[in-house]
Amino acid sequence: MGGVLVRPIILTVFIYLFLKFIVPNLPHSAPLPSSLIFLYLMLTTAGIVIFATLSGASKDAFFGPIFRFLTGESGGALSSARYLVLALFPLLVGWQTYGSTASSDAPPGENRTIHPAPPGEYTGLSNPVPKTLDNINYGKGLYASRCSPCHGNFDGKGFAAAGFTPPPANFKDPTTIAMLQESYLFWRIKKGGVGLPVEGMPWKTAMPRWELEMSDEDIWKVIMGEYDGAGQKPRTWDESE
Amino acid sequence: MMNQGQIVTNHGRQIAGRVALLAGCAALLAWVGLPDVALAQEAAPQAPTAYRDIPYIGSRNLVWIIAQLHLLLAGFVLGVPIFAWLCEIVGWKSGDKRYDKLAKEFTKLLTSSYATTALFGGILLFLLIGFYPKLMAYLTDIFFPSFLVYCGLFLVETATLYLYWYGWDAMAEGSGKKFHIFLGFLLNVFAFFIMIVPNSWATFQSSPVVISEGSDFARAWAATWNPTWWPVNIHRLIANVVLGGYICGAYAGIRYLSAKSQEERYHYDWMGYVGNFIGVFGLLPLPFAGYWLMREIYQYNQQMGITLMGGFLSWLFILQAMLIGVLFLGSNYYFWLGITHRIPGSETQYRKPIMAMLIILLLCLAVWMTPHSLVASLAEAQQMGGTHHPLLGVFGVMSAKMTVSNLMVLVTFMSFIMYWRAGKQDTAGWAKVAKAVMGAVLALAGIAVIVLGVWGYFVPAIIRINYFSTSQVGIVIFVMLTITPLTALLLKSAKTTTEMVWGKMPPRAGYALVLNAVMVILLMTLMGYARSSSRVHWHVYGVMRDSSQYAFSPALGYAAALMALNTFLFCMLVAFIFWVATMGDKAKAAAAGAKGHAEPGGIPAMAGGSPALDETARDASVGHRPI
Repeated sequence: MGGVLVRPIILTVFIYLFLKFIVPNLPHSAPLPSSLIFLYLMLTTAGIVIFATLSGASKDAFFGPIFRFLTGESGGALSSARYLVLALFPLLVGWQTYGSTASSDAPPGENRTIHPAPPGEYTGLSNPVPKTLDNINYGKGLYASRCSPCHGNFDGKGFAAAGFTPPPANFKDPTTIAMLQESYLFWRIKKGGVGLPVEGMPWKTAMPRWELEMSDEDIWKVIMGEYDGAGQKPRTWDESE
Repeated sequence: MMNQGQIVTNHGRQIAGRVALLAGCAALLAWVGLPDVALAQEAAPQAPTAYRDIPYIGSRNLVWIIAQLHLLLAGFVLGVPIFAWLCEIVGWKSGDKRYDKLAKEFTKLLTSSYATTALFGGILLFLLIGFYPKLMAYLTDIFFPSFLVYCGLFLVETATLYLYWYGWDAMAEGSGKKFHIFLGFLLNVFAFFIMIVPNSWATFQSSPVVISEGSDFARAWAATWNPTWWPVNIHRLIANVVLGGYICGAYAGIRYLSAKSQEERYHYDWMGYVGNFIGVFGLLPLPFAGYWLMREIYQYNQQMGITLMGGFLSWLFILQAMLIGVLFLGSNYYFWLGITHRIPGSETQYRKPIMAMLIILLLCLAVWMTPHSLVASLAEAQQMGGTHHPLLGVFGVMSAKMTVSNLMVLVTFMSFIMYWRAGKQDTAGWAKVAKAVMGAVLALAGIAVIVLGVWGYFVPAIIRINYFSTSQVGIVIFVMLTITPLTALLLKSAKTTTEMVWGKMPPRAGYALVLNAVMVILLMTLMGYARSSSRVHWHVYGVMRDSSQYAFSPALGYAAALMALNTFLFCMLVAFIFWVATMGDKAKAAAAGAKGHAEPGGIPAMAGGSPALDETARDASVGHRPI
């Protein structure tokens, strides 16, 4: 094989190893799903092909060895390797086909929408409770007794959190409650997991339906306490709020 | 004499025969595809018909296809005059006749494409009246005054188009040319209003403003000036420029691939460059217009905003990222191929900067394409702690997307600047200072965009939306407004070291142009579905509920299949329009060929590459012409 192919192959392998083994071991990280690794490797391959075909000379240098290998012009030991590839390729296709069509007891891939759209009746609501220190502290108290067993110190690491998949939300994460309006949280707390639409997979969450335990006013206070405790601000359309 | 029983039996037979005949006719009518006239849901015998359906394909699918084709054709018909008018002005100002010829070539397409667009508009109107009579009665009640305005606009647009097209040669010189350019301006002004009037009907369905009092005109005006009207107007206007440019590029690409003479290759290579340039010119501000539109939608209604950006339609935006990514890569690739093939000897000189730009583009694209909720197996989701990755999940939100889209716009702009400067040597004494300033502006802008993007995670959403995102856009615009005139000034005194050679691009450049056009069309079909589906089960959001059997959002896979079908049908329609419009040229070229000379544009536009192109691209033995 031509030397010009070595660098792209090394680059692709390096990126795969980086995504598979290094990223999961970074602080606060976790293994990447294969769908994401595949996506990034496709981008890498696209980049390699784009760069290799910028000029006629680089295109020939890149694809020439592949064509010569596949057509048997390379000769020598590569001819035997060519027969091996030609024999293995149909087997690979067969294996892939079998793998994608054979029945399996593995559950299907999960595609859960974490923040589905709320019902229309909740979209226009605004928090009717004044944002006083007393109300915020009262809400934090309710949070401590009702929410913290799962959501912990606003970081999703309550003592019961380990028992749930998916785990309780981490409110300190800037991509959770900071992206949402207070009315959204009101809906989620009031109706709980069972109130989620299908794309939110209501069967995948143990969030209780708090309207059975708390008044609307208390729920609004919990929301204020939650934002304050997590150091986040709700999404608003008015800077003065 | 027949007895009573026989009479009844015969009468019964007659009735049965007639019923059978009627049933047969009904079956025949259904078989030939006439709409099913049965009421959909309403059981009351006197209730007005709310919906009608059509067998097999279904009313919604048929309206979807026709509406999408009409919109794409309308985008083409409104984009091409902008493209042609800009080319005509460049040709008039620069004295370069090629631009005038290009403008005329594309205006010729308008006559047939205008008629086709109107035809699909008429079909769509009949289908809407037939399938959704209740909704159409409601919309007519609100918008009737603007229906009249729309008709008036069509009349003046048609008259102007005829004058513009048929008067081209008669007004080719002097004050006649100035008047012709003024006609082109009027054509585009009327076309703009033709676009924004129906935009008001469509945006009203998403963000209705209904007032119960006042005159018909006051009600229509209030409904027209709804919260998403202007964001959609601006977004569509820019998108139409992009569509016009890339379709011109695709046409040039196909003609280039089938070109048989060097003169043709020269012409269509140049045309492809112009098409790609105008496409990119429109593409650069498009993400900003899209962002403004989404902001207005979210602000108008949280449910609609989340449905689009975080709910079940959010996967469309990952598809959108892929398509836009391919478009950015394709446009830059075409610029880079231009540098390496049109400017001999520049390959080694620009290889490293191209590699750097490619890496930045791919990294940005990786971030843009990373979803907030990942597709994962149960085991993978357990390892991650849900479908949200604890580290890369931060790429899934708007702050990251906005940052990388700005960076991609910057890189694409720099690709163009690099192409513009290639093959020229600065001679001005202040060139070094100017280049240092440009480098510093670019580096600082890149850093500022990234810093604002990261900082955006630590401030309230409203601060990020109102200040950080707009500042990022402002920074990118500032870079363009600084570097473009500086480069133009530098190039005024620059010495040309290597002349640009046209007609030497490899076949893959032609395919890249076609790919770009297909990506734009797919993007428009995708966003059409997104805009329409964001209303969920409402005809008019929050006002008139969809109570038909189709009051559900089709699955994304199903929608993607229809998007692909619509893209294919539109490409076929455009190919047909090009074929019809160039039929006369082919006959002329055949006649000219018989006399011993051929004109560019006279060869049938058949897809497929010429294997000789790669060879000729390398041999570079013919036709050095300056840009």
